[in-house]
Amino acid sequence: MMDTPTPPNLDTRMPASSPAGQGASHAADAPALLDVRNLSVSFGGKEVVSGLSFSIAAGEKVALVGESGSGKTVSALSLLRLLQDAQVSGNAIFQGPQGAVDLLALSDAGLRSVRGSDISMIFQEPMTALNPLFTVGDQIAEVLELKLGLDKSAARQRCVELLAATGIPEPERRATAFAHQLSGGQRQRAMIAMALACRPRLLLADEPTTALDVTLRGQILDLLADLQRQHGMAVLMITHDLNLVRRFADRVLVMENGLLVEQGPVSKVFEKPQHAYTRQLIDSKPVRDVLEPPDQGKQPPLLQADNLRISYRTPLPGLRGWFGHGEFVAVKAASFAIAPATTLGVIGESGSGKSTLALAALGLLPFIGKLSINEKYWTGKHNIDKELRKLIQVVFQDPFSSLSPRLTVEEIVGEGLQVHQPELSKAERRQRVELALTEVGLGETLFPGLLTRYPHEFSGGQRQRLAIARALIVQPRLLILDEPTSALDVTIQKQVLELLQRLQKEHGLSYLLITHDVDVIRAMAHQVLVMKDGMVLESGPTAQVLDQPKHPYTAALAQAAVENSLENQGT
Amino acid sequence: MSSASLSPSQRAWQRFRRNRLGYWSLLIFCTLFILSLGAELISNDKPLLARYQGQWYFPIAQNVPETEFGGDFQTPTDYLDPFIQKQFQQADNFAWYPINPYHHSTINYFAKEPNPSGPSSDNWLGTDDRGRDVAARLLYGFRISVLFALALTCIGVLLGVLTGALQGFFGGKTDLWFQRFIEIWGSMPELYLLIIFSAMFDPSVALLLILLSLFGWMGLSDYVRAEFLRNRQLDYVRAARAMGLSNWQIIWRHILPNSLTPVVTFLPFRMSAAILALTSLDFLGLGVPPGTPSLGELLAQGKNNIDAWWISLSTFGVLVVSLLLLTFMGDALRDALDPRKADR
Repeated sequence: MMDTPTPPNLDTRMPASSPAGQGASHAADAPALLDVRNLSVSFGGKEVVSGLSFSIAAGEKVALVGESGSGKTVSALSLLRLLQDAQVSGNAIFQGPQGAVDLLALSDAGLRSVRGSDISMIFQEPMTALNPLFTVGDQIAEVLELKLGLDKSAARQRCVELLAATGIPEPERRATAFAHQLSGGQRQRAMIAMALACRPRLLLADEPTTALDVTLRGQILDLLADLQRQHGMAVLMITHDLNLVRRFADRVLVMENGLLVEQGPVSKVFEKPQHAYTRQLIDSKPVRDVLEPPDQGKQPPLLQADNLRISYRTPLPGLRGWFGHGEFVAVKAASFAIAPATTLGVIGESGSGKSTLALAALGLLPFIGKLSINEKYWTGKHNIDKELRKLIQVVFQDPFSSLSPRLTVEEIVGEGLQVHQPELSKAERRQRVELALTEVGLGETLFPGLLTRYPHEFSGGQRQRLAIARALIVQPRLLILDEPTSALDVTIQKQVLELLQRLQKEHGLSYLLITHDVDVIRAMAHQVLVMKDGMVLESGPTAQVLDQPKHPYTAALAQAAVENSLENQGT
Repeated sequence: MSSASLSPSQRAWQRFRRNRLGYWSLLIFCTLFILSLGAELISNDKPLLARYQGQWYFPIAQNVPETEFGGDFQTPTDYLDPFIQKQFQQADNFAWYPINPYHHSTINYFAKEPNPSGPSSDNWLGTDDRGRDVAARLLYGFRISVLFALALTCIGVLLGVLTGALQGFFGGKTDLWFQRFIEIWGSMPELYLLIIFSAMFDPSVALLLILLSLFGWMGLSDYVRAEFLRNRQLDYVRAARAMGLSNWQIIWRHILPNSLTPVVTFLPFRMSAAILALTSLDFLGLGVPPGTPSLGELLAQGKNNIDAWWISLSTFGVLVVSLLLLTFMGDALRDALDPRKADR
């Protein structure tokens, strides 16, 4: 765990303890720092943002919330005119150091002087936002030299101070590191240091924590809040995560399909949402609705794993690589069991080995140890394994890569039948496909000509339903769900989880549910397995593990979720 | 919602059609190619249909001795002979000649000027240095070039896709050894091998096809391999594996259709490269056997008879037009298959 050290006071321009954010939102006497009027953005004649108007006062924390495709990122990018081939209209009056300017009508040179020094930006994925060919220090120093005219040694020293202020340990050493040598959290801290290098008046943060692991999100958010207070700058945070909004923002703007549907102080919007869409967003936390298995322990487990060890070969550097290879152990000594009609949740961060575990359970990766499904074992022989494949099916995370783009819905969903029940006639197969599709809530009434459609015609949530139908058609007993909802918007996520809960009740399915989201685990799982760095830290019934965690890591995971729900009750 | 759903390839075709330059290039090229397939009906020294003393003849399909038309010898009729032509002009005899009354091998013995003779009403594009009609040779040469290019492209694509698919799908050791083999094979001096082989064997189109195919598959193989490596770890392939599909089914149904974009994109460019390869080998005299009509041989003649501008200029024109059409098609195809260009 990384504690945020109290950063040295970097700011000389502003008093350190200005109560920013409190009174700022109703400071009617001074003009707003940024006043956006009637902003519209369209691509090739298609309008994605229409008539957006809002203002941000100096030192205010504003959150822009919406689902993917609602136009929130496009709106922010268009303020700095970072969008190519977009037609932008409207005004964005910014109170710069030299007086008010309209960002949308500024000359290119004028805009360049605003970018980075008065308004700066943090992106979602720091790995791609940092240049891989320069050290982090060079990139921060470049901003300082360009914008503030510092000389090389001064820039370097300032850069180390900035990195220290973001709580990166050993800032002198990290300044000489490349982006890939830092961890995800450190990279985002470096991005923040770079964005704050010239003490901007406004910071645009585009999903700054989405690419990070759960336990890091809170830390980065606290860091942003700390720095915001010190610098007295305004922050426009773009996010889809309402928990972040509650924790961070003073005021919230809700966008749907390019329109601003609601805005107001956070507490008011969350307490009394006016717009139906806002209510839907707030109610999107998944609800637990599963049957408790009647008598655990009596039934033999459907899947039993003992001491699983899964490793990958890695190349060795230098001459040794010619004669051998290294080994990366992705999963060490994992043991678990799944009873019929129950869900085992596996929770962990990226790189904890949870997806590897899923692939091994599917018999797609070689492993050492014992793994039996319905008292049968993977053999590696295609004809023998075919029987097992009927019992165990999978739904993957990314709904866009999990369906072959060149096959029709009928071909995709019906494929399992061709393999496992080749004796079915074409008409029988079509009937079964239609049945499976109805079961996941897709039907002819919703989509005329559903069977002959191609995946690109469906949204993310619908594609995930197709993937579930494909898995269900062979009537499996165990479904492996590898982050089934984490690529989906919150409202869609809730619908898909409800579908999975219903299917479990109706068919007595067992799930192996892999996720990083404590809320999903709470809603779905009977048993839970906590993984970190390939190790199983803790396992047991969900309520017990999450409410009385034995391991500090589990406690940290549960803590993040508890904080949110406590605040939920508080507001 | 429209009633019919379009598959990705149908959408790509629609994008292709929207590119007018490429689409018209395709139409023109196909028309030229189909016309050249019927070259015997367009440019031939035998009449399509003849009537002599109340009897019907199909000289293009049957071999008629000269004695039938009042000649002296039992030899096949030379229909360009002024005597024979005079016979057909009598009474109600007639002979219906093709538009260009010369075959690519016909030597015009009755030319008014010495060979090579310039363009005239007899020989529209003149004759070459042996008195053969340049227009006829261009038509037949174009046909051979395109047929050769098609065959070479087909073989190259088949070999390239097969080897690329094997390497990309199985990866690991298979991939490693195949890559080393390609490195060794690719470093062989192709041109010198061709020269040596053309000295060892009788030159023929088939030999050329085999020799060029031996080296032509490697570039494509690398692209297909890369596509397979990318696609095989996508979730839909994992899902197909989890479903219990065999390797062959996974390759055929799932990976191959999604890996063909570079193959299709390169088709016109491979065609034009093949045409160029055949032309340059013929130009060097390493290509098709003597007497075969070919663009490269015509270019060589143009070089040897620099005064006979009609030979080099017309051949050059045909080459440029066909390569240009192929390039336009290729550009349009590349745009149509570019995943970054969404259809508007």
